[in-house]
Amino acid sequence: MKLTLKIWRQKNANAQGTFESHQVEADEHMSFLEMLDVLNEDLVSQKKEPVSFEHDCREGICGTCNLVIDGRPHGPNQGTTTCQLHMRHFKNGDTITIEPWRANAFPIIKDLVVDRTAFDRIIQSGGYVAVNTGQAQDGNAIPIEKDQSGEAFDAATCIGCGACVAACPNASAMLFVSAKVSHLDLLPQGKVESAKRVQQMVNQMDAEGFGNCTNTGACEADCPKEIQLTNIARLNRLYTSSMFSTSKKY
Amino acid sequence: MIDLKSNVPEGELAEKWTKYRSTMNLVAPNNKRRIEVIVVGTGLAGAAAAATLGELGYQVKAFTFHDSPRRAHSIAAQGGINAAKNYQNDGDSIYRLFYDTIKGGDYRSREANVHRLAEVSRDIIDQCVAQGVPFAREYGGLLANRSFGGVQVSRTFYARGQTGQQLLIGAYQALARQINAGTVTMYNRHEMLDLVKIDGKARGIITRNLLTGEIEKHAAHCVVLGTGGYGNVFYLSTNAMNSNVTAAWRSVRRGALMANPCFTQIHPTCIPVSGEYQSKLTLMSESLRNDGRVWVPKKKEDAVAIQQRKKKGTDIPEEDRDYYLERRYPAFGNLVPRDVASRAAKVECDKGHGVSPTGLAVFLDFGAAIIRYGKSEANKTGVKNASHAKILELGEQVVEAKYGNLFEMYEKITGENPYKEPMKIYPAVHYTMGGLWVDYNLETNVSGLFALGEANFSDHGANRLGASALMQGLADGYFVIPYTIGQFLSKEIRTPMIDSNHEAFNEAAKSCKARIDKMFAINGNQSVESFHKRLGKIMWEYCGMARNAEGLNKGIKMIQELKAEYYSDVFVPGSNEEFNPELEKALRVADFLELGEVMMRDALNREESCGGHFREEYQTPEGEALRNDADFTYVAAWQWEEGQKEASLHKENLVFDNVELKTRSYK
Ligand SMILES: Cc1cc2nc3c(=O)[nH]c(=O)nc-3n(C[C@H](O)[C@H](O)[C@H](O)COP(=O)(O)OP(=O)(O)OC[C@H]3O[C@@H](n4cnc5c(N)ncnc54)[C@H](O)[C@@H]3O)c2cc1C
Ligand code: SF4
Ligand code: FES
Repeated sequence: MKLTLKIWRQKNANAQGTFESHQVEADEHMSFLEMLDVLNEDLVSQKKEPVSFEHDCREGICGTCNLVIDGRPHGPNQGTTTCQLHMRHFKNGDTITIEPWRANAFPIIKDLVVDRTAFDRIIQSGGYVAVNTGQAQDGNAIPIEKDQSGEAFDAATCIGCGACVAACPNASAMLFVSAKVSHLDLLPQGKVESAKRVQQMVNQMDAEGFGNCTNTGACEADCPKEIQLTNIARLNRLYTSSMFSTSKKY
Repeated sequence: MIDLKSNVPEGELAEKWTKYRSTMNLVAPNNKRRIEVIVVGTGLAGAAAAATLGELGYQVKAFTFHDSPRRAHSIAAQGGINAAKNYQNDGDSIYRLFYDTIKGGDYRSREANVHRLAEVSRDIIDQCVAQGVPFAREYGGLLANRSFGGVQVSRTFYARGQTGQQLLIGAYQALARQINAGTVTMYNRHEMLDLVKIDGKARGIITRNLLTGEIEKHAAHCVVLGTGGYGNVFYLSTNAMNSNVTAAWRSVRRGALMANPCFTQIHPTCIPVSGEYQSKLTLMSESLRNDGRVWVPKKKEDAVAIQQRKKKGTDIPEEDRDYYLERRYPAFGNLVPRDVASRAAKVECDKGHGVSPTGLAVFLDFGAAIIRYGKSEANKTGVKNASHAKILELGEQVVEAKYGNLFEMYEKITGENPYKEPMKIYPAVHYTMGGLWVDYNLETNVSGLFALGEANFSDHGANRLGASALMQGLADGYFVIPYTIGQFLSKEIRTPMIDSNHEAFNEAAKSCKARIDKMFAINGNQSVESFHKRLGKIMWEYCGMARNAEGLNKGIKMIQELKAEYYSDVFVPGSNEEFNPELEKALRVADFLELGEVMMRDALNREESCGGHFREEYQTPEGEALRNDADFTYVAAWQWEEGQKEASLHKENLVFDNVELKTRSYK
């Protein structure tokens, strides 16, 4: 199939960016990123600079790939990362627009590559259980109800890709933060520090310059791991109750 | 010859580690604060090590080329992690896990290391649960287990098909906590390009800042590598695209030894190659072999019809199917170890019974499992005289609960529905048992340089059992290195902070800069990617699932020619002083080209078949691997220091005091 790509090119963080058009010949069995590989091989063979984009596992789990395709983070398919999107979902003759995540808290590095270290700093602010190596009791000492554990798991499947931020009109990071808060709050091991954690993570999120959540639900719709909005509700609940229940503020 | 001392402590096998641990030299807390440790890599091994060393009070500097520690390749592990907990009461024990691992590795690993691994396996599960890793659970709320290949007990802990992700997030969060506490300084997007030695000891690294291109010098009292495996030397593998050998290989160029580099694991259940443009291969977890049955058509004409898309797998009646693993290995059936399963698939496809258009695929069929589970669910839920459709529906639900995300991944990639049609799978490069040579302390032959996880060679011999890499990475990082590093560092408490302006740092930084300049100066006509693809094809053809002397000699020559062509015709766009993934790749492929040659030499040298290393000249009449214990019960450790014309071989003889060397049989 023959495609026209309109791709965002930007030399570095400070440079002015612009769309560039390219033609590419793709096969329907290719993944979206393999289609970009073909384009890049072509550019390199003409001694031009290839398009910078990020990827690693190419199987939907590392959270590295991040393209806005035709206006949607990770493209048109529900529950699918960019790297798992295949060309059979496009038609011969299509024009496809490809852009980076756009959010103040995710500055552009080059072309389609952005800096997502704000997420790391949010986790560093409290997204963990404070247990040193060697301090643990037997793994079966505390039974955890299967469904509860499953719910924690669902929240823990967040891959830290940032599509929720890119999808949100306010560039809010609430879905990401609430996924971590929920994962740990739903487990007895994480419950202990819940009040402190939720406050610290929310404070850090605000400090990073993410926008406010106005419940548009765009994040959930574009999250490749289908992290649910109910997590945001849980975060809000935990946050509010932590402000009333603990005299300590973090 | 370098004298390779394993430094295995004295005493009974089962007591070595406990005794050694309690008599080891310690570093007092006030001294720890004055000692710096560099950890390169933040996968399971590196993140676990950096977090734990930070907790202990060392000043840790951690490095990853990724944009975040959470992206390490460990994240992609699917199936599970082993531990000798015996929660299932099915006869598991530390000794049995030890024995299975030694046997699975075809008797080419070090007894004492493997026993220690089995011992600490239990602590890992406890630690991960405490961190909030949501392992699968039973209705009673206790931890669930499943079986993996090559063993007859159920000792694998798992988190759906995303075990690696959940374990890595646990380690990442532990690391994040230490970064927050200030004990670990994190350097994201920094790639180690060289090792710095002062007076024979590893004292630092040179990195390239991947955002700015700056060549940086980082000093410490010692260096720990947890930089992963080198499967991407084959270009197509299940490894993440950016996994590479550079950190380990640059250490080899500074004097470390590469042990058993030819021991590569080819995983039997991967999605087959679909075209030339293919960039990587996707694993379908081994856990699928618990319920999936592997088969090819008995009749060649059926296979041909399937290849030409005139027939489907479901069109072939039961009596015309050859469940060749169940037929050849009745004791283990579909759960034979990976090397055995991969070779068997190759044999069937070579005979012309493959089931994809390329002829390079076999079926992995869940039809029987769906019906079995469907009937049992119908009984459990009191559905009387369930219709066939109802049974299928219930069965599919059970299969979905167990493997849902894997089936979904398969469907996304192939566009086929594996609930209705059997999956097509083929072996692919997956893991490298070889790696930097280390002693019992996980220290390489370069004093002060340690290697953990897939980057070292120590525990899996010639074949790794499923769910054992996660175990080893976390064992090394959480429970071994925090102790054994003290053996080195306790002698360094009077050593002041290492100065990164020492001439050794300047020399190494200069040589990195020179290597980079050289890549740009070539200014040829072919892309880095195209060379990597060609290298991969040579490796797969001559050093893949089956090897022979003639092919290996040819392969070595081809790689040497390819390397010469690389240095005269590769093209690297852009400049050093910017974000430049093409340059990153160019430096990595340069190292793969050298590693590939050593792998072939190692495979040529090892005139026997063992585990994943199958030399066609050495096989039994039934086509099983034929080991040569008299001549090859040793670790082959290769030296290729800067200035040396070609790699030279050193040996560590393996001594088996506790297990008897037997022909591995899964029949
Ligand atoms: C698809 C797949 C599924 C798997 N499933 C299982 C399973 O179910 N069970 C199991 O036990 N094993 C499994 N494995 C194997 C297992 O995942 C790996 O062996 C293991 O995770 C490796 O961990 P590691 O910490 O050694 O290295 P990695 O996780 O590869 O981490 C390497 C780290 O080193 C860094 N690094 C490398 N080089 C440099 C450099 N030059 N400079 C700076 N940083 C560097 C990287 O950035 C990264 O942080 C699977 C493997 C694959 C490919
Ligand atoms: S919540 Fe979803 S979209 Fe947001 S980072 Fe996690 S996986 Fe990505
Ligand atoms: S590349 Fe890893 S999720 Fe897409």
